[in-house]
Amino acid sequence: MKIIATDRDGKEHELEGRDGWTVMEILRDADLPIVAECGGACACATCHVYVEDGWYDKLPAPSDAETDMLDMALAVEPNSRLSCQLTCAPELDGIKVTLAPE
Amino acid sequence: MSTAIETDVAIVGAGPIGLFAVFELGLLDLKAHLVDILDRPGGQCTELYPEKPIYDIPGLPIVTGQELTDRLMEQIKPFGAEFHFSEMVTGLEKLDDGRWTLTTDNETQITAPVVVVAAGGGSFMPKRPPIAGIETYEGKSVFYAVRKMEQFRDKNILIAGGGDSALDWTLNLAPLAKSLTLVHHRDGFRAAQHSVNQMRELAEQGKIKFHVASVKALHGEGGQLEAVTLADRDKKEWRHDCDTFLPFFGLTMKLGPIANFGLNLHENLIPVDTAKFESETPGIFAIGDINTYAGKLKLILSGFHEAALMAQAAFHICRPNEKLRFQYTTSSSSLQKKLGVA
Repeated sequence: MKIIATDRDGKEHELEGRDGWTVMEILRDADLPIVAECGGACACATCHVYVEDGWYDKLPAPSDAETDMLDMALAVEPNSRLSCQLTCAPELDGIKVTLAPE
Repeated sequence: MSTAIETDVAIVGAGPIGLFAVFELGLLDLKAHLVDILDRPGGQCTELYPEKPIYDIPGLPIVTGQELTDRLMEQIKPFGAEFHFSEMVTGLEKLDDGRWTLTTDNETQITAPVVVVAAGGGSFMPKRPPIAGIETYEGKSVFYAVRKMEQFRDKNILIAGGGDSALDWTLNLAPLAKSLTLVHHRDGFRAAQHSVNQMRELAEQGKIKFHVASVKALHGEGGQLEAVTLADRDKKEWRHDCDTFLPFFGLTMKLGPIANFGLNLHENLIPVDTAKFESETPGIFAIGDINTYAGKLKLILSGFHEAALMAQAAFHICRPNEKLRFQYTTSSSSLQKKLGVA
């Protein structure tokens, strides 16, 4: 599956997702500047992304823990998600995300 | 008031690795002082995930960040380390006699032959919302913490956020503010339910206002805020008059003044050798998440190992004329005496 990630300079990156990995891990492995300081524990809100082009509605709904943690993220929009809570899967092939500002 | 301290080792950071360093140094009779910007020990473990279970600490099949911190504090108790909490290290200076002096923003000065940087991802600092020009208002009309409530009497206050800090300060400042408005990106809060209920009551009584909105722009002059632009979820924008803005989005880690200590950082990490975990500057060591070397894994257990090897090297710097005797806590009565069990 592919992940289309737009960085903070507006540059698009086509990344190869791996089933079962989180989107945060794929972004981090591609050296995109995502902090993810808690390492994927849904405890810090520093892997915040915007899910673009209708992909937001195709994702499983955020857990209460993720919704709560998004309260600590900056510049939250209706299509905000924490990328450590998004798991790569074939049905998400082509998903588009944009890194939220730091 | 400045405080001058002389000790064997000055440790920057009281997270799990800084705490275990006290243990390893203590077995070698080296005394330590620790500085941390947080107001309690544990670093990330207690600040980010106090309730989350950790499964990869050897011998502890499951332990939370808070429990691990509590156990480390118990383990190092015999060694009488001294803690300087809520202080940020601001300076590091080499003395003519070869020792180092660490200075904090509270004017504490710790002089020691060895400095250990165990600062993890850096200092915890308030998250700054990505609003253009916000830094020009900071300290004048934008604040990330409330130190003196009186400062906010008769102000037109805007608070942003949905956690306990945002709600608690909404409730505490409402009685003395001229007006108070809370904004949050959704009509739900992660804060304690009773605080949320109280806030909603105040809003119903017209004592405060609550909007589901985000701050998009700040307007003012010379650091004095006059108004902000708010936007709702449908991106409809409006102007809101206020003279004080308090954003509460929790803490994030920033390297801070350590970046200026001349430690030849690589991508904000301190390169070390893997025999002593000493930086390229003799006498300055780095252990835990802040260091980098071939094969580095950011795991607590790796940091523990690094602390043990650092302590051996630190001994030779602090006690150049003494022979280091390698002993086991299981069999050495002198170690057991230090631990208070013999």
